Formats: sequence, C-alpha cells, structure tokens
Amino acid sequence: MGTTASQLRKDLLSEYQELTFLTKQEIILAHKRFSELLSKEDRNIPTPRVPMEKVLSLPELKSNPFRKRICHVFSTSDMKDGSLTFEDFLDLLSAFSDSATLEIKSHYAFRIFDFDDDGTLDGGDLEKLVNCLTGETDDTRLTTEEMRQLISNILEESDIDKDGTVNLSEFQHVISRSPDFVRSVQM
Amino acid sequence: MASLKEEVEEKKKLIATLRNKPWRMKRRLKLLKECQAFVEEFEGALGKGKGRKLYAYKVMMAKKMIKFNRDFDNFKTACIPWERKIKEVESHFGSSVASYFIFLRWMYGLNLVLFAFMFGLVVLPEVMMGLPYGSIPRKTVPRAEQDRAMDISVLLDFGGYCKYSILFYGFYNDERTIGVLQFRLPLSYLLVGVGIFGYSLMVVIRTMARNSDEGGDGGDDGQFTFAFKMFTSWDYLIGNPETADNKYASITTSFKESIVDEQENQKDENIHLRRFLRVLANFLILCSLGGSGFLIYFVVKRSQEFANLDQDDLSWFEKNEVEFVMSLLGLVCPPLFETIAELEEYHPRIALKWQLGRIFALFLGNLYTFLFALFDEVNAKLEKEKSIRNATIWGLNEYYSNYSSYHNTTDIPPPDIHPADVIRGPCWETAVGIEFVKLTVSDIQVTYMTILIGDFLRAMIVRFLNYCWCWDLEAGFPSYGEFDISGNVLGLIFNQGMIWMGAFYAPGLVGLNVLRLLTSMYYQCWAVMSCNVPHERVFKASKSNNFYMGLLLLVLFLSLLPVVYTIMTLPPSFDCGPFSGREQMYNVVMETIENDLPAFIGNIFTYATNPGLILPAVLLMVLAIYYLNATSKNYQNANLELKKKMQMARDEEKNRRNNKENTNQVMQDLEDLLPNRSLLPPAAAEEKPPPVREKGSKSPKVAKRPGAAANGKGINIQKDVSLAAPNPKAAVTHPPGPRGPSGNARGPPPGPARGRGRGTPPSRR
Repeated sequence: MGTTASQLRKDLLSEYQELTFLTKQEIILAHKRFSELLSKEDRNIPTPRVPMEKVLSLPELKSNPFRKRICHVFSTSDMKDGSLTFEDFLDLLSAFSDSATLEIKSHYAFRIFDFDDDGTLDGGDLEKLVNCLTGETDDTRLTTEEMRQLISNILEESDIDKDGTVNLSEFQHVISRSPDFVRSVQM
Repeated sequence: MASLKEEVEEKKKLIATLRNKPWRMKRRLKLLKECQAFVEEFEGALGKGKGRKLYAYKVMMAKKMIKFNRDFDNFKTACIPWERKIKEVESHFGSSVASYFIFLRWMYGLNLVLFAFMFGLVVLPEVMMGLPYGSIPRKTVPRAEQDRAMDISVLLDFGGYCKYSILFYGFYNDERTIGVLQFRLPLSYLLVGVGIFGYSLMVVIRTMARNSDEGGDGGDDGQFTFAFKMFTSWDYLIGNPETADNKYASITTSFKESIVDEQENQKDENIHLRRFLRVLANFLILCSLGGSGFLIYFVVKRSQEFANLDQDDLSWFEKNEVEFVMSLLGLVCPPLFETIAELEEYHPRIALKWQLGRIFALFLGNLYTFLFALFDEVNAKLEKEKSIRNATIWGLNEYYSNYSSYHNTTDIPPPDIHPADVIRGPCWETAVGIEFVKLTVSDIQVTYMTILIGDFLRAMIVRFLNYCWCWDLEAGFPSYGEFDISGNVLGLIFNQGMIWMGAFYAPGLVGLNVLRLLTSMYYQCWAVMSCNVPHERVFKASKSNNFYMGLLLLVLFLSLLPVVYTIMTLPPSFDCGPFSGREQMYNVVMETIENDLPAFIGNIFTYATNPGLILPAVLLMVLAIYYLNATSKNYQNANLELKKKMQMARDEEKNRRNNKENTNQVMQDLEDLLPNRSLLPPAAAEEKPPPVREKGSKSPKVAKRPGAAANGKGINIQKDVSLAAPNPKAAVTHPPGPRGPSGNARGPPPGPARGRGRGTPPSRR
C-alpha cells in the first residue's frame, strides 16, 4: 500500500486539477481506486493499463447498460480493447462529475451512443440504444413494430436537416432543452 | 509589446478553459505545458523597464489568489455533510428520492443559520448579561405553581420551569440596555425576529433563481418527448442491480405508453359523465376540507374551556387534543383525497398535481384555522390582563399611599415582596409560543411513529410472516413500502412554516428544529435503506425542485403575515417579555431612533415615512416591474426570431450540400414567378442563391455544371478576363455556350450576369 511508485506526483496532481473538473481529494481517491484495479506486475510500469473487464467490475459501472461503450469511448489504446490508463480514467470521471459543463457531457454522451463510431446516430445506433435501455430479458424488449415506430418518432423530433441521422449539433440542440440531462449523467 | 501581452493573456485564457475541451488528456497536458512554458518565459520579459517589480508582484499575487481559490473550493466541497450517505441512497433509489434528502440537508443549513442568529443575538446576551432566574417576577415560577413545577408531566407540557425559561418569550427582560456592553436586548429581539424572515426570503429566492437557471427555460415540453426518453432517461447514479432492473422495466413501460399515446386518438367516451364525476369529486373534497377546518376550530375552543378547569382532572388525551387531532387529520386526509380522486380519471401526472394541491390546501386550512382559534384565545387573555393590570396598579398605589402616610417620607422604597408572590398577568405571547412548540413536538412524534409503524413494522411483518402465510406477502398485498417523496417534502415545508411562525414567541423553537432535522436525516436514511424498495414508476426529480421551492416561498409569506400583524397591532403584555410596558412592540425602534441615534437620522426617518414619499416610491416600483416585464417579452421574441433564422440557414446549407431544389417556400415562390424558365441556364441551381448572396459573391460558387473540367475552364477564363485585357472576351462567350443568348440579355438571370459582372464593364469601354 502506497509504495512510491503508486503515489501521484505533486506537479501532476496540480496539472490534473487544472485540466479536469475534479477536486484534489477526488483525484487522489481516483488514483487509489485505479491502483487497486491494477495487478501486481502492472504497478511498476510507467503508464499502466487496466483491462476492460476489471474496469467493468467497478460498482458505478456494473449496472450501467452502456458500460462497454463508456470504456471504448474513453480508451486510448491502439488495440481498441477498451483498456484504460489512469489519464483515461480521470477523463471519464471528469466528464461524469457534477461540475462538468453541458457541452462536455453532451459530447461524450453522443460518442457513447454512437455504437458504430461513424460520427452520426443512424437507425442502427438508435436501435441498439433502445435495446440497451430496455434490458436484457425478452419480456422487456420492444417488438419490431414498436421499435420501428419509436425510431421514426425520434428521428422526426431530433433530425433537423432530415438526412436520416442525428449528428452532433442536432444532438446537442435536443439535449440543451432537457432539464435533467446534466443531473442524470453523473457518477 | 502590446501584442505580446495580448498573446500572454490569450494563453492564460486558454489554460483556464482547457478543461472544457473534449480532447484526450494527453493532448490537453501537452497543450497545457506549452502554454505554461510560454507564459512563464514571456511574462518575465513583459516586466522589463519601469514597474517591473510591481508587475512581478501583481503576477505573483494573482497566482497565489488562484491557488487559494482552488484550495478553498476543495475545502468547501469537503465540508458538505452527509455526502456519502446521500450518494448511497441515490445509487439504490435513483435521483428523485435522493432529492428529498438534499432538500432536507438544505433546510438543515437554513435552520442552522437561523439558530445562530437567534442564539447569538438574543438568547446568549440574556443569559450572560441579563438578570438570573428568580430575581424578577417574570423570571420566577409563581408561588401557586411551585410545588408542581418539577413534575415530568408538567414539564412535558412545557409548563413549570420550562415556561419560565429562555425557551419562551416571557423570560426576557425589558430593560433598554443590559450588561457591560450596553446591549440593547428589546431592539435586538425585534430585529432578529424580523431578520429571520428577511434572511429566509433571500435564501429561498436565490436558490430558486439558481435552479431555474440550470433547468433551462422549461419551455417546449412536448416537443422532444421521445428524444428525451431515449437520451436522458438513464440515471447514471444507479449502482444497484435491483434498481437497474426496475429502471429498465419503467423505461420500457414508458416507451410503450408513449408509442400507444402517439398512435391512438383519445376518444372522450362520455364527456358529461366525466365532468359530472369531476365536479362531484371536487365537491366531496371541499366538504372534507371544510369538515377538517371546523373540527380543528371546535377542538381548540374546547381546549380553552379545559384550560379553565383544574389540570388534574384532565386525561392526557384531553390535554393534547388539539395537536392530536391536527396530526391525525394530516395522516388520514391525503389517502382519502387519493381515493376520491379515482373518480376523476386524470392522467397520472395531472392527478399528482391535483393531489399535491389538495394536500397543500388541507395543511394551509388547518394551520390558519388553528391560528384564528388561537387569536380568539389571545383576545380573551388581553381582556383578562386589563383587569389584572388595573388591580396591580391599584395595589401599588395603595402601598405607596400607606407607606407615605405611615412613615411620613416621600422617598419610598419599592415594595418588598418575593418575586414569586407578585400577581401575574396571563402572558399571551408565552401561551402562543407554548402552543406552537407543542404542535411541533407532536408533529415530530407523529412523523417518527408513522415511519416506525408504517414502514419498519410493515417490513418486519412482511419479511417474517411470509414464511407461514397463505399468499406471497412480498409480492401481493402489503409488500414493502415505497418512499413517499411528495408527502415527506410537504411535511417538511409545513414544519418549517410552523417554525417561522413560532420563532418570534419561542426563541428556543429554532434550536428544537435543528435537533429534529439532524435526527431526521439519520433516522430517515436508515429507514429508507432498510425498509423501503425502489419505486416501480421511477419519477423525474428535476422540474419538481422549483415547484417545492415555490411552495416554500408561499408558506414563508403566509407565516410572515400573522407575525407582522401581531407586532403591529396587538399590545404586548404589561409584565412579561422584552416589550412590556410599551404601547406597541415596534415602539422600541422609535425609542431607539429618538434616544440613541443622532438627531438628523430621526429627521430622515420622519421624512421617509411620510406618505407623500412612500406613494411615489411604490409607483416607481410598479413602473419598474412593468418595464422589466416588457423587456423580457422582447427578449423572448428576439429569441424566436433567431431560432427561425438558424433554421433557415440550416435549410440553405443542407440544400447547397445535397444539390437539391430550394425547399424554402419563399424562394420556391420566387422561382415560380420568374418569367421564362428557358432563359435560365441548365445549371438551374444558379438561380437559387438569394439576393443576399449577390453582394458578397464569390464566383467559384456559381456553376454546378455537368463537368468539373468545364467549370474549371469557365472560372479560369473568367479570371483571365478580369485580370487581362478585354480582348479575350470573345473566347469567354464560347465555353459558356448555352449561356450565349442570355449573355446579351443582361436583365433577369442573375447568375450569368453575376458571373459576367467582371467581364462586362471592360467590354463596354
């Protein structure tokens, strides 16, 4: 516990404070939680990565239907395996903190909802989104007919330029009118 | 030099806004290091020449200030109490239940400040610098009550030693200044009493303003129902699988409901029947409200009669009848209203609003009936007081005349009677204070009992009897309770209303409330976690926040009224409290202005309270409100205009990108009006640029010709035309072949003319 390698350097701490929406205690706590997730060998390499399965075991993410997408969005790994370094982890916590701005939250929410990473939310993305929200079991899913109706309603409401997809600015426009987006996207 | 300074400022601004950019941490770190290095290097350079030391000092102070602010923010967040507890509740039950606890915490903070005022400015001076217990009549238990003053039953009723203590109004002495510091207690009492309302008002309005800011303008509710459900319904604070399952189910249900709503047209089966039922329901509810008001009035009258009887003959029930009845009504009526409301068949959200409104009316009606009944009692006491006061004055005069005739001196010492034996008037303020304290205490008891029995006992029965019961208790009839958010919040609001009303007459009430809120927090957190289950229909918490604040504001005003009325009109008791002996309570302020402050301030006040000055001031305020209203309407209109413009600009850009016809209705009409479409070149898209575009035209945008090559050629040639001599113009006419004829007609087709704009003038030379 608390070997010198796993302590956060002071200058790094102040820089992280400058760059994120987290307070000093929160950053230190995050560092502690992150170190607990690392396996023993990994602790001594300079920029350790935590594999996705370990991240998904965190209590805040365990029950979240978007947990895999969250890991993928915040991960900087070249292998696209959803593993997170400490800086990625801080990015995640900062975006979900309660002092983050609406723009940051909506930007990241958009990327989380964009399942195929093509920069827009098309019908396929929306369908996967609804399936995530309605749960895993069969009796809570929507029928195909209902799904189609739902997706067409959503596109009608949010797609301003009528190109069949919701892009980032349309998404942000919808979200900015919502009163409880900021409150609900928090951890 | 100046530009360097600007750059440094820019870099500093960039550093400050770095956290708002959605980039990767690596990139931000790199940029941060760059900017910081730049700033450090050149900041030193800027400080050359005169004033270098001053500049360096300023920079250092600025840096220290930033660091200090950041540390202070960190400290402030660490100081917020109960954060972990609330987060735990939030992860199990979602944000709506947690919002109740956040509200409770906010109330606790408010009451703590009020308590600090009351305690520091009124109670503490009296205790430390005032006369001790037993020295003067108002501070002593009268002889008749002394042998029972320590009985627990009397104490629990707030009689005996409790009544003659700092808890109540009657204890405070009316000397103008007390102690070494010459502290003006009566003035302080009055100002704190009024200041409590002022501070509460300020805090509530500030919180409301902050909430409405974050919540957006709340307009266009129905516009984005589906999109909101999709993107914002998941509560990321949920960390518990059971809650997550519930949330899934509720999201699915709400999707299905909205789909069905959208598809179906609501057919009103029988409007008349529905209207009749609704009128009937409202009538029934009005009846019950009236009935409860009458019941309270009746009970308070009876309690006055009881007060005249000997206390020993009364049972506990009869002594506490008023509070008991009020709490009972508060428990029984809301479910009654809910059952009656089934007749009305409203949409659930509207039904909830009606229910809240009715419960609010119930509480308000009860409170005000209670106040009116109390008011009658006060008047009765005032009558009694007159006779006692006359008797006391008569007795004093007798004593003086006897003494002077007996001893033959004019220098008469005050009568030598023990304070406990002096005839005492019925101190109506203390009586009112006692009533409020008893009401609050019984309210607390009822709330805690309800939680214990309604939730805890029920949970225990369901859990343990389930093993040996016929049907499944957990899934079927009683099951576990859900946390009733609105009921609890309303209870909290009304409790606060009672505190506000009673604080002037019972300074100890605020302290009592602080204790109550503190224990409530722990007790209810425990109860929620161990006895309740998450809601089946998970509600949104957000918009309700301002609704509850609005209710609190209303209750604040309603509780301000009685207090201000009594301060202004009722005469204070002649022998107890800090205002004794004066005509009206607010005379203290007048006296202070006359005696203690310099003369000219008194003059200012006299001028300021002149109606001739007050009426114009009121008129000015009304005009200011009207003006602000008009400006806000104008801003809203401007907003709408901007939105429309944005929409149009988006349409245009979309068309340009996708090569389609103009979808803007105005431009379509214009196209239809154009005389001869054959005049237009095949590149019809040229017509679409609106007149605006002509002015700021860039020729490359012109042609959407079939061949990009031709396009390039056309433009190049045009460029040649503009740069070179007019001669090559002959060559120009050829490639834009189809354009030929139109080139001569310089009129309608704006496109070619525009394209040629550069070409034509030289040719005419």
